Amino acid sequence: MSDTHASAAFVRTEEIPPSPPPVSEVGIVNWLRSNLFYSIPSSILTLLTAAFIYWLSSILMPWMFNGVWDANSIRDCREILDGAIGGCFAVIAERWPQLIFGNYPNEEYWRAVLAFVGLFVALAPVLFFKLPRKMLWFTGLFPFIAYWLIWGGSAWVSVMALVGVVVGYVAFKALEERSFFGAIVAALFATLLFWIFISPLAVNALSSVVALSLPQVESRFIGGFMINFILGTSGIALSLPLGIALALGRQSNLPIIKGVCVVFIEFIRGVPLITLLFVASVMLAYFLPPGTSFDLVLRVIIMITLFASAYIAEAIRGGLAALPRGQYEAGDSLGLDYWQSMRLIILPQALKISIPSIVNIAIGLFKDTTLVSIISMFDMLGMIQGPILSSTEWFGVYWELLGFAGVLFFVFCYGISQYSQWLERQLATEHR
Amino acid sequence: MTTFSDPPPASGPPNQPFNLGMLINDTRYRGYTFQFIALIALIFFFGWLVSNAIYNLAALGQDINFSFLGQPASYEIDQTLIPYTSTDTHMRAAFVGLLNTLLVAFLGCITATIFGVLAGVLRLSKNWLVAKVMSVYVEIFRNIPVLIWIVIISAVMSQALPQPRAFRGEDATATMVLWDSVAFTNRGVYIPAPVWNPGSGIVVAVFVLSIIGIFVFRRYAKNLLFNTGKLLPVGRISLAIFFVPTLLAFFVMGRPIGLDYPELGGFNFRGGINIRGTLIALWFALALYTGAFIAENVRAGILAVSKGQTEAAAALGMRPNRIMSLIILPQALRVIIPPVISQYLNLTKNSSLAAAIGYMDLTGTLGGVTLNQTGRSFECVLLLMLFYLLISLSISALMNLYNNAVKLKER
Repeated sequence: MSDTHASAAFVRTEEIPPSPPPVSEVGIVNWLRSNLFYSIPSSILTLLTAAFIYWLSSILMPWMFNGVWDANSIRDCREILDGAIGGCFAVIAERWPQLIFGNYPNEEYWRAVLAFVGLFVALAPVLFFKLPRKMLWFTGLFPFIAYWLIWGGSAWVSVMALVGVVVGYVAFKALEERSFFGAIVAALFATLLFWIFISPLAVNALSSVVALSLPQVESRFIGGFMINFILGTSGIALSLPLGIALALGRQSNLPIIKGVCVVFIEFIRGVPLITLLFVASVMLAYFLPPGTSFDLVLRVIIMITLFASAYIAEAIRGGLAALPRGQYEAGDSLGLDYWQSMRLIILPQALKISIPSIVNIAIGLFKDTTLVSIISMFDMLGMIQGPILSSTEWFGVYWELLGFAGVLFFVFCYGISQYSQWLERQLATEHR
Repeated sequence: MTTFSDPPPASGPPNQPFNLGMLINDTRYRGYTFQFIALIALIFFFGWLVSNAIYNLAALGQDINFSFLGQPASYEIDQTLIPYTSTDTHMRAAFVGLLNTLLVAFLGCITATIFGVLAGVLRLSKNWLVAKVMSVYVEIFRNIPVLIWIVIISAVMSQALPQPRAFRGEDATATMVLWDSVAFTNRGVYIPAPVWNPGSGIVVAVFVLSIIGIFVFRRYAKNLLFNTGKLLPVGRISLAIFFVPTLLAFFVMGRPIGLDYPELGGFNFRGGINIRGTLIALWFALALYTGAFIAENVRAGILAVSKGQTEAAAALGMRPNRIMSLIILPQALRVIIPPVISQYLNLTKNSSLAAAIGYMDLTGTLGGVTLNQTGRSFECVLLLMLFYLLISLSISALMNLYNNAVKLKER
């Protein structure tokens, strides 16, 4: 009995080798099926999109790859192309210095380039906090160096401005123990007094001893992408502290302070930047003491800083509001006063929460610096629309120039946004 | 031993006399002191600014007065919604500009919403190609300044399109599109204009009534669904209400609404409506730019609805489109709407960039030509800011009402 059973039973002792999956489930066919043609509407959408891409590239590709890079004018370009489709990129090659530096004197380009390189060295420890902290010293010095490099004149102006800041810092340190807020106010006063009363005398005295000066470049010669960079970086750097102050003011329980901050923020956010630039270009002169005249670049920086600070204040307010109440109460229960708990507990966390929105504001501000072309400053766009397109050699080269400006802005803005996403991942402290 | 005695009560003993030092050292009074100092400083600061302004204006022999608004403007505006000639006042020119600002903001917001919702939803699509194309669109438009987009599209409108005379003659190089009704020229786009013959009022009235009817019907269908569980084919019936009565009225009244087609006459097109290239450039640049931002908001909003909601709805046996309209969208909208409102505000404020391409909006009229002609920079910029502030505040007020209506009702 048992052996009949045994003979009928079949027990496989070796594994069947795995057979390859069906053709429709692997490789490119499966990928196409599951990603592009998984349903009829999807197939239609895919075909439409592919047709659109084909149409766009059939226009763009010949234009880009058949482009002329070496010519002296648009007529030369047309002769070289001889009726074929192609861009006249020679304009970028020829007007490159103008696009980047504006009308900055040729022999001084190295100064602007040095400042630009310095900017990245100065930004590095701020952006990548694993770098040695000692580099922050250069970051602190950089604004003064950059000002001297770009505008030129006597180096003692920058040095004295720096000394003023040091005086303020000393005053702050001396009073910090007694009251943080009082120390800040005292430091501001000390710096201002030094700048107004002592530094002009000191600059004169020192320049007569050692000249130490670079040829002066007036603001109206500064233009191109350089001015976009100057306005963008200084606007963001200056508006951060102002924005924090405004956000704290808006959260404050002192009605007058709060009211002032709310009115300021809502007013700035309610009007377009271009009206503020009008204020800078035509109206600000009225509000200054008679006889004083500010440089236009400085006036624009002031207005851009005020503009950005209102937006940054709102971003930080979001961060402050997102913190759990317990964090505020923790500060109180430790016996910290308002400024201590803000500085040590609240603001670091609130700023971390608001990094994405602050970076968005920074990108937006950098893009908005092109608006100064409307008040006839020759930034990159102003340079294109003004001197370059109206010159007889390059009349009508719209696409190449505007495309170049677009690509340049895209590279920088996309870079900043990628950086901010990296930073968010780095700062993520909650465990998921 | 008095070291461990109770501290004095926080409110302070009533018998402690008030002294000046308490203004700084007592937290009860310190706030008032600071605010008082801040107020005084602020008043002095503004007083200083105003006195400077008065002095400077007096030195220039100017004063602040708005009488220039009543003087003839003597400049032309090519795109107007209300009748305007160059003999009209600066006030009317500014008003024309204001209407142009509102026009471009209105058109831009609607178009940007369409672009944004499409791109945002398609970016989440399972279709790889479509999703990638949409993310390219979003990244490209988000990372290039809107002013560059405006200038690029304006260059398309004025440089790449044919001149009106290209449409003329036997060997015309350009043709009108859509059954000879729309002409794209470098002087703008010519579209047919509606002609309102007698009886057209009734057709319009029927149309308005059917729109109201759709809302009433949808409400009824919703109540029916919630009360009895009966499901009506809402989409198809709404579509029918939208078209059928209006078309019936149109033919019953003997086709009172006609179209005035643009025709080439002399050097230019006659008839129809001419939409200037500057308006189109501003409109589409703003819509594409803001659309990219709205797409991100829409995407974030949809992603914010947890996957469990979709699965729960599917477990209840709902079909995918019902899940979308009844479960996902109502929850996503709460997340989407507040940032989209600020995008509308941004679009409206960005419309002031019209100044760069010569579209005569509020900035182009009041802040541009009027300012330059009269030299009244003070008054013009002040009025300009005031107008924009009013527009912004009213948009945010209106939108907050809507936001309140859809936000999560918590106990």
